[in-house]
Amino acid sequence: MKRLRRLEEYLFRFLMGLSLVIVLGSLMLILGTMLWRGLPSLSLAMLTQVPKGGYYLGEEGGILNAIVGSLCLAGGATLLALLLSLPVAIYLHTYAGCSRAAHLVRLAMDVLWGIPSIVYGAFAFTIMLWIGLRASLLGGIIALACLELPIIVRGMDEAFRLIPSALSEASYALGATRFETATRILLRQATAGLLTAVLLAFGRGIGDAASVLFTAGYTDRLPDSLLRPVASLPLAVFFQLGTPFPAVQQRAYAAGLVLTVIVLTLSVVARWLSRRLMHHVVR
Amino acid sequence: MGDRPHIEVQGLSVWYGGQQALKDVSVAFPAHGITAVIGPSGCGKTTLLRSMNRLLETSGEVRISGRVLLDGTDIYAPKVDVTEIRTRIGLLASKPFPLPMSIYDNVLYGPRIHGLCRRDNADATVERYLRAADLWEEVRDRLQSPAHALSTGQQQRLCLARALAVEPEVLLCDEPTAALDPISAQRIEDLLRGLKRHMTIILVTHILRQARRLADFVVFLWLGELVEAGPAEQVFNNPCNERTRAYLMGDIG
Amino acid sequence: MERRLAFRRLTDRLAGCSTTALSAATSLLAVAIGLVLLARAWPILTTRPLGELLLSTTWKPLQNAFGYYPFIMGTLCVTGVAMVIAVPICLLTAVYLAEYAPRRVYAVVKPLIDVSAGIPSVIFGIWGVIMVVPFVQRIASSEIGRSLSRLPFFQIDNPTGYSVLAGGIVLAIMVFPVIISVAEEVIRAVPVGLREASWALGASRWETIKYVVLRHAAPGVLAAVILGFSRAFGETMAVMMVVGNVPQVPRSLFDAAYPLTALIANSYGEMMSIPLYDAALLGAALLLLVVVLLFNLSARLVLMRIARYG
Repeated sequence: MKRLRRLEEYLFRFLMGLSLVIVLGSLMLILGTMLWRGLPSLSLAMLTQVPKGGYYLGEEGGILNAIVGSLCLAGGATLLALLLSLPVAIYLHTYAGCSRAAHLVRLAMDVLWGIPSIVYGAFAFTIMLWIGLRASLLGGIIALACLELPIIVRGMDEAFRLIPSALSEASYALGATRFETATRILLRQATAGLLTAVLLAFGRGIGDAASVLFTAGYTDRLPDSLLRPVASLPLAVFFQLGTPFPAVQQRAYAAGLVLTVIVLTLSVVARWLSRRLMHHVVR
Repeated sequence: MGDRPHIEVQGLSVWYGGQQALKDVSVAFPAHGITAVIGPSGCGKTTLLRSMNRLLETSGEVRISGRVLLDGTDIYAPKVDVTEIRTRIGLLASKPFPLPMSIYDNVLYGPRIHGLCRRDNADATVERYLRAADLWEEVRDRLQSPAHALSTGQQQRLCLARALAVEPEVLLCDEPTAALDPISAQRIEDLLRGLKRHMTIILVTHILRQARRLADFVVFLWLGELVEAGPAEQVFNNPCNERTRAYLMGDIG
Repeated sequence: MERRLAFRRLTDRLAGCSTTALSAATSLLAVAIGLVLLARAWPILTTRPLGELLLSTTWKPLQNAFGYYPFIMGTLCVTGVAMVIAVPICLLTAVYLAEYAPRRVYAVVKPLIDVSAGIPSVIFGIWGVIMVVPFVQRIASSEIGRSLSRLPFFQIDNPTGYSVLAGGIVLAIMVFPVIISVAEEVIRAVPVGLREASWALGASRWETIKYVVLRHAAPGVLAAVILGFSRAFGETMAVMMVVGNVPQVPRSLFDAAYPLTALIANSYGEMMSIPLYDAALLGAALLLLVVVLLFNLSARLVLMRIARYG
């Protein structure tokens, strides 16, 4: 009896170890593969040139258009999402309190978080059709902003939640209004958390392909106007991989590596920042 | 009462991280009867209690030195099976924690795990221990309903029944009435008084009057040190130590 | 002073109104998305019975035949395979991290898993093309594959490797971080007192986990699995790159499939010319939205309830 009990525990501990190895191993494998296949075809030209004639047949050129395009798309979308989500987060923590409304808003954000990006793409494209907008930087920004909105709101919500309520109570006790408390106490206390949320959302936006597929289009030129199509890194990866030429596929790996490095750097910086700045915050 | 101490703590020191919670405590707990461990909060009462069924080591960064003898054998010896120790020493926590299952399964949880429960005597076992915890009459018609549906006082008695069902020799009680209303607390006290004939009960409490009501022996801790231990009558009426006297008078702590 | 106070009060009031309005508006975004998709899908929803749309296997836009069935099955098969692979691995890992992992291991593993949640889906797609597809192809052409082929669901009619299995493996790895982090959090949140109650009765660590911790955490763990499922269900890029995109009802792990998401992504450019095509595609998006929304909402409600009542 006792033997059996112990044996079962050992068996499951073994399985747990195995699972952990599979999880970490597969994630490492992905990063390793990207490095191994991407590094050889990565060159300075790839990072500093736009595609020239015959690029997709394996001729000269680079993916600067996609890198700049992605930065513009994600940057614009993050800015737009930030403008929308900051008031929502402030509402949740100063005006709504613990009311039913706050619960509903949080639930709505959780729901938005789960909507697939292709659906955001389809939605934004439909809206664009109605207002007469073609595939463009602006369209891509709108789609991505919808996608990033719940990410930023949740991040901010969590950052605000870490602030002890005694702090805002102290502010109220001095006669400050809720708005003043929000702007002078909450925002200042939660700067690190807000920055983390913004960085994470930016990373999510820069890596998303399905929502910009038909809203932002693709072009070989650098982005020059809000109303013109714009290239993006994920789509650069996708399209280059889809060509039948090995040389171009190699470049897809390199573009993927660039994208991975950008996203992981953002993510690591965001986490480091949140831990770092948390030390200076009153708890 | 018992000739030989049932549990004997020898030179026990406990550190949480860098902080020492118990300082070289040596004390013997006689068999049968209720030994109350008293002292102000943060003096190591709970630490001492949790060292006796080796629950201490489950909570992160703890360092333990010294020995705890149960019937003369050290429970911290390398070859000892922790689960066996914990089977022999029961625990009644300060807050009732009914396991996420029915009342019936709660009582049988221990016996089932130890393979002591045969199918034909399961019902009888449940009834016996629920009766022992004075809960049978209240729950006999809803044994299959979830345990957390009971009131807090009932939950605590269920926890007692659950602990008794593995037939422990020692029952550790960590402020067992702290979360209860006065009437429920009274019932727990009555139960403990009845149980002390069959088992050794070690009761941690910060309520002096509860210790006076229940204790046969008293152990007084102060900031992690043992100050005084002895029969209740002597400690309460005629303490040897100045600090004990001051604490009992309400001057300190 | 008086006027200043009045001004301050006015700003506060204005800020209150505007933040409330904005919150309401963004909260209604999900509803708005649903309504917009519904409006655009309306032509096809009204001209065809729902049963035919969902269960017909013919998808021929040129002949005005729009049956979602192969695509629904494609999505379900790929997601199902992914969950079969991911759920046991994720739950075991989550239990390990919450119950057994030494602090040092945890401090290394947890951030790694969190960070990997941010890897873009295109990257998973590339990796799938580079490693998983050839791997599946090798199995299909090997001795093992040939002997497996006699079993149902394992027939090999498609030697390319672009298959349900490849999509499932890629998706499973994609949802690892989602399921693990939620499940780990839920398991960790089980009160310590409950564990101690079980230990104090002489139960071992594993018995405590099996009978007490997991039972207490069951609703939350289920919610974690559902969140993972809906993430996999709505994933586009990674799946599209490795499942082969052949509009058929997959009969075997090695068959190609064509999930709903891939259908939308691949066909959206060409939709203008054909009547009803666009409505059919947005109908597919609506279907996706409704399913994901239902799953997500239920999972979130469970998690919220746990957070509130402990």
